Amino acid sequence: MNHTKDGSVLNSLMRPSTPVGIVGYGAYVPRYRLPATEVARVWRGGEGGLPVTEKAVPGPDEDTLTIALEAARNALARAQIDPHLIGAVWVGSESHPYAVKPTSTIVAEAIGATPHTEAADWQFACKAGTETIQAGMGFVASGMARYALGIGADTAQGRPGDALEYTAAAGGAAYLIGPVDQSLAVFEASFSYVTDTPDFWRRPYMHYPSHGQRFTGEPAYFHHVTSAGKHLMEQMGRTAADFSYVVVHQPNAKFPQRAAKMLGFKPEQWAVGLLCPVVGNTYAGASMLGLAAILDQAQPGDTILAISFGSGAGSDAFALRVTELITERQGLAPKTADYVARRTVIDYATYVRYRKKLSMQ
Amino acid sequence: MGIAQNWRLRSQRYGLVGEVCDDCGEKIFPPRDVCPYCTQPAQTPFQFSGRGEVFSHTTIYNPPTGYEEFVPYTVALVKLEEGPLVTAQLTDVDPEEVNIGQPVEMVTRKIREDGPEGLIMYGYKFRPRLQEV
Repeated sequence: MNHTKDGSVLNSLMRPSTPVGIVGYGAYVPRYRLPATEVARVWRGGEGGLPVTEKAVPGPDEDTLTIALEAARNALARAQIDPHLIGAVWVGSESHPYAVKPTSTIVAEAIGATPHTEAADWQFACKAGTETIQAGMGFVASGMARYALGIGADTAQGRPGDALEYTAAAGGAAYLIGPVDQSLAVFEASFSYVTDTPDFWRRPYMHYPSHGQRFTGEPAYFHHVTSAGKHLMEQMGRTAADFSYVVVHQPNAKFPQRAAKMLGFKPEQWAVGLLCPVVGNTYAGASMLGLAAILDQAQPGDTILAISFGSGAGSDAFALRVTELITERQGLAPKTADYVARRTVIDYATYVRYRKKLSMQ
Repeated sequence: MGIAQNWRLRSQRYGLVGEVCDDCGEKIFPPRDVCPYCTQPAQTPFQFSGRGEVFSHTTIYNPPTGYEEFVPYTVALVKLEEGPLVTAQLTDVDPEEVNIGQPVEMVTRKIREDGPEGLIMYGYKFRPRLQEV
């Protein structure tokens, strides 16, 4: 339990004074898959362990904008609202197509939310997407906007031959935050846990990120994910047994399962939201995509704990309760599993071409 | 295509926004402010569903400048559900998988980049409908 300077117990739950929820959600995963065995074949002589089965690779005409946009359109298809009522369009990513020029304005224009809207691009490694949801909760609850659209999307790049190349994938999810009476899931509370922990970074003009090898595990991922989850549950007076589902950020197949277990969860609670083994690490999209997969199957009354992680480092945690409206909205847009099932396997050479790892200059 | 021209066309390019004729009710794409069916003024915006089917198609192996990275790619005439015939690239499909009459849906994708320092042009393409895959 954290304490303030005068010694009193700090209740740092983020709970909007006016309840808000998710009015619509949407997922997107590109068509192409690179099996981890292909990376091992090229760089490890086919030897060594594989952190995932395969990862989603964007086609040559896809980037973070196109991924964010399709996820946003799916969220709007479920929400069935006039896009002019969206007061904020926010895209969180570490792979925005431009260094200077917002992704969010293109999304806002394409979905018909412009010009009377706020728009911005967010950045915090893999938790850039969940930040937009927390900010959207505040924006809507305060009455500053009727609806806010929060998106996490990435086309992550790993240095050829690096451990990250097995997992750095592409995908995203979008969440339209709005009034509780229109929501398919209500935010019961949120919590953020942030420290300065340098586990993974990318300097300006660098194409590939750097990371602190095993340092990315204990002091970074596990400490922040489990601290965020633990504080949220403690301050809500809940335990793992009170949740139907859990989803945590998933940089590989092992980490999220271990983190969920450390928090007291069981495999049946995390199985539905664990997509990393078949789509890889979709960075800002990862926990949000897992949450979308859960919402695709959820029933009214189900409770969900979602925890993101962003290197640098921090975690955002959310407690959600699914409402009666879920049933009529689930089928209004393609489900996460539809995108996961749509897969075309490519070899390493095609991957090199699609990800522009071959210089033609 | 220049910056200003691309910007002017952004609604139709990003989201397949055309027009509907208030006089005869025909749906029009691309928007041209005059109904090609009854010649009356038609300026009411209309959001197309994006659903259609392949009317005809061809595969490009010798592309114009700026499209080299997508070769080979398929260009199709797509008959939209609402009527108009639209020329567009197909995406997320191999050339040999394309058939006349194939149901397709609109997606917004990267059309081309104006070099490594220039603008990225986004616009509509069509892909096999997700439910049909």
